[in-house]
Amino acid sequence: QGKFTLLRDTRTDGSFLVHHFLSFYLRAGCKVCFVALLQSFSHYNIVAQKLGVSLAAAKERGQLVFLEGLKSCLDLLFGEEEQPGQPSPLQFLSSDLRALFDFVRASLTPSGCDSWKGPVLLLDDLGVLLSLGAAPVAVLDFIHYCRVAVCCQLKGNVLVLVHSNEDSEDEENELVVNSLCHHSDLILWAEGLATGFCKDVHGQMKIIKRLSLRQAAEQDLVQIYQYKIQDRNVTFFAPGLSAAVL
Amino acid sequence: LVFTEEDKYGLYSSLLFKYFLAEGIVCGHDLFVASAKEHPDNILKELPAPLLDDTHGKELGDEAAAVKSEDFQDSMKIAWRYQNLPKMEASPTTHTKFGHYYDVSKKMPPELCQSVKWHSFYLHEELPFEPKMKTWNMNSGYARLLQSIQRIISQEGFDGSDPQKKQRNVLRIGIQSLGSVLWGDDVCCSDAPEDPHSLTKFLYVLRGLLRKSLSACIITVPAHLMQNKAIMERVTNLSDIVVGLESFIGSERETNPLYKDYHGLVHVHQIPRLNSLICDVSDTKDLAFRLKRKLFTIE
Repeated sequence: QGKFTLLRDTRTDGSFLVHHFLSFYLRAGCKVCFVALLQSFSHYNIVAQKLGVSLAAAKERGQLVFLEGLKSCLDLLFGEEEQPGQPSPLQFLSSDLRALFDFVRASLTPSGCDSWKGPVLLLDDLGVLLSLGAAPVAVLDFIHYCRVAVCCQLKGNVLVLVHSNEDSEDEENELVVNSLCHHSDLILWAEGLATGFCKDVHGQMKIIKRLSLRQAAEQDLVQIYQYKIQDRNVTFFAPGLSAAVL
Repeated sequence: LVFTEEDKYGLYSSLLFKYFLAEGIVCGHDLFVASAKEHPDNILKELPAPLLDDTHGKELGDEAAAVKSEDFQDSMKIAWRYQNLPKMEASPTTHTKFGHYYDVSKKMPPELCQSVKWHSFYLHEELPFEPKMKTWNMNSGYARLLQSIQRIISQEGFDGSDPQKKQRNVLRIGIQSLGSVLWGDDVCCSDAPEDPHSLTKFLYVLRGLLRKSLSACIITVPAHLMQNKAIMERVTNLSDIVVGLESFIGSERETNPLYKDYHGLVHVHQIPRLNSLICDVSDTKDLAFRLKRKLFTIE
């Protein structure tokens, strides 16, 4: 509880982690606010169903608050005049990320009749905010505010997906990713194999428990696994011990 | 959202662009063609002619796998459909037929072109952008294009907004040389563009439009002109499929014996992972293309 987890990918697509945590926390009975910036609701719903969870049902019973960025953006640009007092959470297309933060906080602050276990903020993916014109500092501020509100005040968890490339020329993105790494309690880093694509091993997962964050003398704990993604599942194994090799 | 990095002189990417549109006509889809370079009317006059079934076998002869484009499967979902780029097949005698074949030495007959509804957007003939709605904060050419696309999607019912419409159809959108100077964007000629976010904002909104309608879009971009590589990285993240064409013209590869039968390379930078945990990765990763008199082949 109260943890900030960074989901990171390099040379591969780490979105399988997002799908996993989404269904994981919903099944655990948590209240989830999912800021989905890059894909449609139906995309996540179809995958979630394979993982045994219905997002539509979760939305219905108030357990899942789903912000569909693409749709929100269209409503903002092409929609009718918005109702007063209900600014779109994507207002940042013209201003800062405050409206988005307000949306997150409002979604996760428990109302009297809620009986959900801890709140969770899930965000896919942070790079989109930079692409839409937000300054890196604004993005970091936004994350900071979310941490304070969700992790500290509400004792919930925050998980954010970022992409990074080695030799990336996107300095703003590198700045955000590096800064977040320093402040994360846990980093799950999915990397494509350096040797290129392989049918049986889709990538390597580095799990970094940032023990040094809590206590000065502690070392971070790093574990490395390789993984293969299947239709309804992801299998992990020790490096070099893929089923195809054994 | 299919994003194509143009080859240096735009020869082959323009061909791929025309294939996409030609397939749309043969499948009976509606077309939306946007350009700031060539008038869409002219683009449509230059589409390759489809090869009819009975002559197809003779035309191909011993050619290796030909370019195919996946045929659309119409569905009742509002979910957006995308087009996969050519599927690879080792043998020329393929029985799983995706789409159609084309003869690049012949033009598509005008009657066939007229058989579908098509919309064109030629930047220089469009009225200037009126920002009467909201704050767009992007290059006005792009904003105007988005408005135009949204209007067609909405008016023609591609977003399912017209329940009366008996038969749903697909809208194929082709946008040529986006990001070039002709669109009023300096992202392809400056290291520090005036508005580095215009292109990515455009793509985001376009992605939203595609997701909520029965449409697919191919965009070609003169990526080799972009000095700011950070933008290309962001553009890749915002697209579903990213393919780059590298022609051998004027490069040292032209004389490399390994490539003597080919005109260039196809780099598949990204494939989509939609509605599923897994994605459809083909076994063949090194692809090259060649343009013969009649056929454009990727193998």
